[in-house]
Amino acid sequence: MNASIAIDADSARVPVLSARGLVKTFGPVVALDGVDVDVYSGEVLAIIGDNGAGKSVLIKCLTGAEIPDAGQLRVEGRPVAFRKPQDARDAGIETVYQSLALSPALDIASNMFLGRERRRDNILGRWLHMLDKRGMRREAAEKVATLGIQTIQDITQVVETLSGGQRQAVAVARAVAFGGKVIVLDEPTAALGVREGGVVLEIVRKLRNQGLAVILISHNMPHVFESADRIHIQRLGRCAGVITPKTHTMPQAVAIMTGAISVADSLPGAAAGNPGRAGDLEG
Amino acid sequence: MSESRITPMTAAEIFRRRELTTMQRIQRALHRHPEISPLCVLLAALVTFSFASSRFLQPSNLSLILQQVSVVGSLAIGQTLIILTAGIDLSVGAMMLLVTMVIGVLAGKAGVPGWLSLGIGIGVGGFAGFLNGVLVAQVRLPPFIVTLGSLNVFIAIALLMSGGRSIPGADLGPFLVATNLSFPVGPFQFTVGAVLVIAMYLAVGFALSQTAWGRHVYAVGDDSSAARLAGIQVKRLLLSVYTLTGVIVALSAWVLIGRVGAATTSSAVDANLDSVTAVVIGGASLFGGRGSLLGTFLGAVIVGVFRNGLALARFDVLYQTLAIGLLIIAAVSLDQWIRGVKAQR
Repeated sequence: MNASIAIDADSARVPVLSARGLVKTFGPVVALDGVDVDVYSGEVLAIIGDNGAGKSVLIKCLTGAEIPDAGQLRVEGRPVAFRKPQDARDAGIETVYQSLALSPALDIASNMFLGRERRRDNILGRWLHMLDKRGMRREAAEKVATLGIQTIQDITQVVETLSGGQRQAVAVARAVAFGGKVIVLDEPTAALGVREGGVVLEIVRKLRNQGLAVILISHNMPHVFESADRIHIQRLGRCAGVITPKTHTMPQAVAIMTGAISVADSLPGAAAGNPGRAGDLEG
Repeated sequence: MSESRITPMTAAEIFRRRELTTMQRIQRALHRHPEISPLCVLLAALVTFSFASSRFLQPSNLSLILQQVSVVGSLAIGQTLIILTAGIDLSVGAMMLLVTMVIGVLAGKAGVPGWLSLGIGIGVGGFAGFLNGVLVAQVRLPPFIVTLGSLNVFIAIALLMSGGRSIPGADLGPFLVATNLSFPVGPFQFTVGAVLVIAMYLAVGFALSQTAWGRHVYAVGDDSSAARLAGIQVKRLLLSVYTLTGVIVALSAWVLIGRVGAATTSSAVDANLDSVTAVVIGGASLFGGRGSLLGTFLGAVIVGVFRNGLALARFDVLYQTLAIGLLIIAAVSLDQWIRGVKAQR
């Protein structure tokens, strides 16, 4: 392999989150049939696949929302077992679920701090567990502002009075605001218009440039090819291959996704065009 | 990306920024502060009944109303917690009678000191609430059915323990009936029991509005799967809510023993549903996630004011029941309308 120094460094790096042989079944339905995933710091890994290919179940297993029947998860090389979403959060994996997982009756600041509320730094906080509401509001407003989310104006607004795009922005802000290592976004642009979707993709790029690992599940091929470094193609509960936007075209990706061609079929052209990247295809 | 941000607003965006109508403003205000509507009802009732009877607004009568609502008002604290989690507890009244008889038998027949009997009673109440919680959170049965079952279980045990007889206050010792001691505050007469209930409102109200636990109660009632994904331990939270309700119910039993002056199963028979009535009139949503303890307090007082005011105005007792029924329907209809706020923008 005529590998460059960059690729050598790449292969020596430990994935920040990796999964081996994930299996998840629901009664007779096999949702995941031995899936491997690796995601490195400073990259965007897109996961694409047809409906029912196991994308959402895969990320639920990666983020503690479902417990895999078999398989091994590692965070920075250390084996982990997530029993609940809080475990994944504690390990630095933040998730924006497709359902957004927001509490409609609570305001934006309360939602952003849900499950990790701040107490007052005084007797009232220590003895009576009193919340630091003002501090949380101020911090939430700052975080929303630094993300460049302009659709949110009033941090005390109740979530159920927000539009779909604003809710999405709150959910994204919550996931990225607390310094996780891995950000998982399940269909973050599905409910959004062109403009709002663009804002989310911009945030994705910003996070990658900050050195975070981003896992992006999307149906939107232009979005995937615009922002992903590598693309994991999920098909019938298995990984059909990992490609890159440089080596493959959108129609090829769709063809692999639907089973029209295999990654091996698409290889020769890709290998000729960019030999150094062929190593990526082994995943 | 940057040039797309400065494009002019679309027609839909302009429409979305239209002025709110007056009704929408009211709807939003009620949505933010669920206690506004019971407060209006209470003020209207106070004014109306003061015209109907000159005795109504006298301090002695107002003190009496507070004492009359203290037991149901106390149970309604626990009921509020459970309704906020989108549950319902039909068994609070029966649980209270069970604890009453546990305390009564221990203190009146076994000769256990009053404070220790109360302590054991609180333990029994907490455990009974915990059992409800296990069935709801762990076994995942609907709260309505769980507490319908435990209602019958608790009342049967209470009746078995009592053997159909009540234990008079003289046998219970001074500590257990101390909740009926009264003292003057200006022209008003407060009982120890009423003060205890108000203290419970303040304590639980603080926990609900000022702690993470309170936030989680609202979040779980609002959307429990979203709360779970946001990192809240839903089962543990539900167990804590049902157990705390059991403890509150046990303290209500102490208030009841003082008010009745005996440990008996023949009082407060309607308390199960009366506590739900207070919560609903207080503006809480039976769908969970919306409501406040201040609202519940007002709801409990409204029920007392209607019963007392109609009685003073010499209406038949059936008209009291009729009025409470209409209030419940009005409150639930109002809640349904307020919940519609989410349909706009």
